[in-house]
Amino acid sequence: MSRLPVRKTYKLFIGGEFPRSESGRTYEAEGQNVARASRKDVRDAVRAARGAFGKWSGMTAYNRGQVLYRIAEMMEARRAEFANFCSGPKEVERSIDRVVWYAGWADKLAQVLGSSNPVAGPYFNFTVPEPTGVVGILAPPEPALLGLVSRVAPAIVGGNSVVVVASEPHPLAAVELAEVLATADVPGGVVNILTGRLEELAPVLAGHMDVNALDVSGADGEVAELERLAAENVKRVVRGDADDQSPWEIAGFLELKTVWHPIGV
Amino acid sequence: MAQAPALPTGFELPLEPRLPRIGSIDQVAIEERAGTLAKRSIKRESKVFALELAVRMTDLTTLEGADTPGKVAALASKAVRPDPSDPGIPSVAAVCVYPNLVPTAVERVRGSDVKVASVATAFPSGQSPLEAKLDEVRWVVEHGADEVDMVIDRGAFLAGRYAKVYDEIVRVKEACGDAHLKVILETGELGTYDNVRRASLLAMAAGGDFIKTSTGKLPSAATLPVALVMLEAIRDVYEETGRRVGFKPAGGIRNAKQAVQHLVLVHETVGVDWLTPDLYRFGASSLLNDILMQLRKEKTGRYQSPDYFTID
Repeated sequence: MSRLPVRKTYKLFIGGEFPRSESGRTYEAEGQNVARASRKDVRDAVRAARGAFGKWSGMTAYNRGQVLYRIAEMMEARRAEFANFCSGPKEVERSIDRVVWYAGWADKLAQVLGSSNPVAGPYFNFTVPEPTGVVGILAPPEPALLGLVSRVAPAIVGGNSVVVVASEPHPLAAVELAEVLATADVPGGVVNILTGRLEELAPVLAGHMDVNALDVSGADGEVAELERLAAENVKRVVRGDADDQSPWEIAGFLELKTVWHPIGV
Repeated sequence: MAQAPALPTGFELPLEPRLPRIGSIDQVAIEERAGTLAKRSIKRESKVFALELAVRMTDLTTLEGADTPGKVAALASKAVRPDPSDPGIPSVAAVCVYPNLVPTAVERVRGSDVKVASVATAFPSGQSPLEAKLDEVRWVVEHGADEVDMVIDRGAFLAGRYAKVYDEIVRVKEACGDAHLKVILETGELGTYDNVRRASLLAMAAGGDFIKTSTGKLPSAATLPVALVMLEAIRDVYEETGRRVGFKPAGGIRNAKQAVQHLVLVHETVGVDWLTPDLYRFGASSLLNDILMQLRKEKTGRYQSPDYFTID
């Protein structure tokens, strides 16, 4: 007997939920109608990210690593679906491996990036890395999955929460990743994914006073205007590569805090 | 006993047997109407107008056991000039504090248009002897409070002793002298919309200048349906007697959007005459910062962060 297949509606991912754009708009990408986020969706996503930041950054590094590993587990279970939304199985495998690689860094960051500093006095002097806060990420247009994972994983492993503007021409991998995140023990709001027009969303994110850092890896060419907007509240602006894998990618979204403590007390 | 102001016809209080004649509230309809009005879309210029109005209508409030003169002084300064970086933002209507802190607040707002309101009559429970309540009211008025926020004796009201509640309000009004009297019904403890309507009419008949929803000490406070019930009571009194009684929702109004929803309710129920600080107030603390953030967002085009506004 024939049946009508259930068609999927491609929606946003904000605060652990899957809303349509508040504007009701969609745009066509990869042969599908995908939600086209508005500035109000950016606002809602930043609010969700800010709300999630306290819990996520307060979790133990070990625990955050476990959650990232769990993301990789869930991606592994959806390899076939992911392969349809990117260049193929090879990209999916590299993406999963990259998540696992960053998962391992969660409880090693402080040792590698932090330090105990010699000072001329009877004090301990420690430098410890802390997350920057809410990070806005403009995901690279390509590769659809690997580029996204390569920018999001280093930001969240350090304890930041993120608002991602997915690749405009290839958003389906990001929507699929949202399905994974929703079932991977990632607290709602830690990763928020918006699909839509980069040109419309990027300036709102760059100008938002409650965003603390901006990853412009996915911005094409001229980013001077975004940097100018980001300067108003001194956002950390990071420009990375779609295929980077390095602890320095994590360090880009960390602040180093130095504390003094008297010896012998 | 003091002479009460003229009663609305048909609402001859405090005659208890006649109270049911004030009618009852259709719960489903009132909640539906409040819900519908809350969904109304407000365009940009109207929103900016509503937000600036809401600032001017705010009773900036701190009612905590941990209140200190320092905290009240800071609050009063903020009341006079809510956004130090933007002199275009008007002062709020009043600061609302506990009796002991009235002198501090008075000292700090001197020279501005900001009024000082004090809660009194054994706030928040109202469970004290009348003489003690009256002494408290006289004390705050003597120390310079322009407005008194009293609580009704909910215990007496719920026990059906409406006359006691009524008499207390009359006596407190008398003790207030020239100070404005706001009567807090604490709707969260009244149980039903019918009771909210009865208490509203009772408070207005007894001479309250304002009726106010809540103390802010209960989780269920100034909800939109409760506000609508009270506004309709105010409208009924106005239509019967021509007397304008003010309204003050308090408790639970934390963001600009809620404030605008309340203003829509006012506009649609009692009309534009009530869109003035003389007849409408918001009892709030965290609301003000959210409004300031919204106003700055409208001005700069950037969404704002609480990091750049004061922690009160």
